[in-house]
Amino acid sequence: MTTVEIANTDGADVRAALTRRERQPSSTVLTLVLLVTVATTLLILFILLTQVVSRAWPVVTGRGTEFLTETIGSEPSLAGIWPGLFGSFFIGLGVLLVSVPLGVAAAIYLEEYAPNSRVTRLVIVNIRNLAGVPAVIYGVLGLIIFVGWLRPVTNGGSVIAASLTLAVLVLPVVIITSMEAIRAVPMGLRDAGYGVGASRWEVTRDHVIPYAMPGILTGTVLALARALGEAAPLIMVGAITGLLPETSLTGNFTALPMLIYNWSGRPSTSGGDIGWSNASAAAGLVLLVLVLAFNLLAILLRNRFESRRTGT
Amino acid sequence: MRGTLDVADLRGDPRRRSRDKRMGGLLAGSAAVSVLVSVLILFVLLRGAIDFMRSVDWDLGMLVDDGATPGWFPRRERFDLLTIVLGSLVMGVIAMLVALPLGLGTAVYLSEYAPTRVRRVVKPIVEVLAGIPSVIVGYFALNFIAPDVVDRLLNPVNSRNMLVAGLAIGILVVPIMASITEDALRAVPQSLREASFGIGARKSTTTIRVVIPAAVSGIVAAFIIATSRAIGETMVATMAGGRDGSGPRVLSPLDPGLTMTAAMTNAAGGTDQVKAGAPFQVLFFVGLLLFLVTLLLNLVGDRFVQRVRQKY
Repeated sequence: MTTVEIANTDGADVRAALTRRERQPSSTVLTLVLLVTVATTLLILFILLTQVVSRAWPVVTGRGTEFLTETIGSEPSLAGIWPGLFGSFFIGLGVLLVSVPLGVAAAIYLEEYAPNSRVTRLVIVNIRNLAGVPAVIYGVLGLIIFVGWLRPVTNGGSVIAASLTLAVLVLPVVIITSMEAIRAVPMGLRDAGYGVGASRWEVTRDHVIPYAMPGILTGTVLALARALGEAAPLIMVGAITGLLPETSLTGNFTALPMLIYNWSGRPSTSGGDIGWSNASAAAGLVLLVLVLAFNLLAILLRNRFESRRTGT
Repeated sequence: MRGTLDVADLRGDPRRRSRDKRMGGLLAGSAAVSVLVSVLILFVLLRGAIDFMRSVDWDLGMLVDDGATPGWFPRRERFDLLTIVLGSLVMGVIAMLVALPLGLGTAVYLSEYAPTRVRRVVKPIVEVLAGIPSVIVGYFALNFIAPDVVDRLLNPVNSRNMLVAGLAIGILVVPIMASITEDALRAVPQSLREASFGIGARKSTTTIRVVIPAAVSGIVAAFIIATSRAIGETMVATMAGGRDGSGPRVLSPLDPGLTMTAAMTNAAGGTDQVKAGAPFQVLFFVGLLLFLVTLLLNLVGDRFVQRVRQKY
């Protein structure tokens, strides 16, 4: 029989050997690599934001709100974004009026009413796939359906056609987020409602929807942000890139992302502090502020939602 | 007291019952809209693609140009499909070379390494990146990535080229890659990590040999879905890709290139107002191809996501 003797049994070495952690080079390398990737991601975002803000700055300080209310000009130092704001506002309104009611209703049906059948599952798979269809394809749909077939209603490539196209584009987002919110409603709430003899619609209206409301709102806000930032479908339905003297619901239209798209490609004209790249950045800043404010609102809503859910 | 109880007595108020039925029908109708959208997308694309094939006399051979200088020149009715497919492929590969390390690293850091406090700050920032509209990333590509990075390092002939567009698309899909990967990593049960730590494995070993292999299908899903987004991305490819609707077949990332999506926006929003004939109708054919490619990628990606869910 062999005996194992531990040399230097004063404990310090043993303790050191057992508690030594994370000192090996491979461990340090992985930590470093991870930190570098995260730092790169954050750095890119930082550079992007500072680029936009610093290039927009001459316009913000030099022109102020005049930049928001002026119409599109042929000189970068005179051009404003009013027609873009007008277009983007009605696009947002269209999303609120069309995709939110339709999307929430569809989500309620799929979560509360639909039988758990093959057809229902297929419809859900279909919605998930619709969420992944590239935006430009929705543009093709809008071009044929809303600009072509529904010409009597939309008068061709108008802001109404654009707003309906983007409403269809964000519909899957609204449905999916609303379904998740409705699924998170505790079963006990429904059972209590049915227990006192309420009908399915009464339980849905009085208990399920109010409880799921923060989640539904989050989805709505995210959908709005998405719709405001999309440009590809607008090109397809015929948003114009030139001058736009008059804004109307049924005539030619443009929107904020279209102005950025159009202006950022133009060569910087000589003379003056404000070139097209500055005007484009300023329009970008306005869009960023709008979109990020909506995103922030969504994050705040979600956090409140999550804390309430764990609270009950 | 005794009496007979009819089935009708248990059914409740007929008015409430009929209202419940009506609401159910209304909600089902809303859900059906999503199916209608899918059907319309397919119909519009198929009909347009068939019209295109008719107008070029069903000559599929013309879609791959084997002349001396093959290229995509829709005005001259030369539709070399390989040009735009290769363009999408080259930019997609560059984008994923950016998004894979950054997205994966960020996700692993957030899920495995980040202290709660850091995570609470970094995660919303990554979500902010997800909310940035693609036109603004396109602006960033034109005004920063092209002049300040690619031009200085590689000095290409054209400052708008496939490398610039690919890098920018990569930045755009990092958040998608990161968020799906992070979900997959967080779905790995804590017990697996604890078992690994229990036999004395280091954190790096646990992450690389236990957590990542356990989440591999989720990571593959993230990669596939991010690839689908990269191929479907339109604005950045149109703005920074460097070709206005036509160009020769190229492979070098430093040459200007054309994607399927850019070919579509150029066909619809081109300077000529003629919305007919093969140069216009080809957009449906390309759209159908793009739709099928992204649908396939999304379906495969979804399958992998489901696999993670079923396992844990």
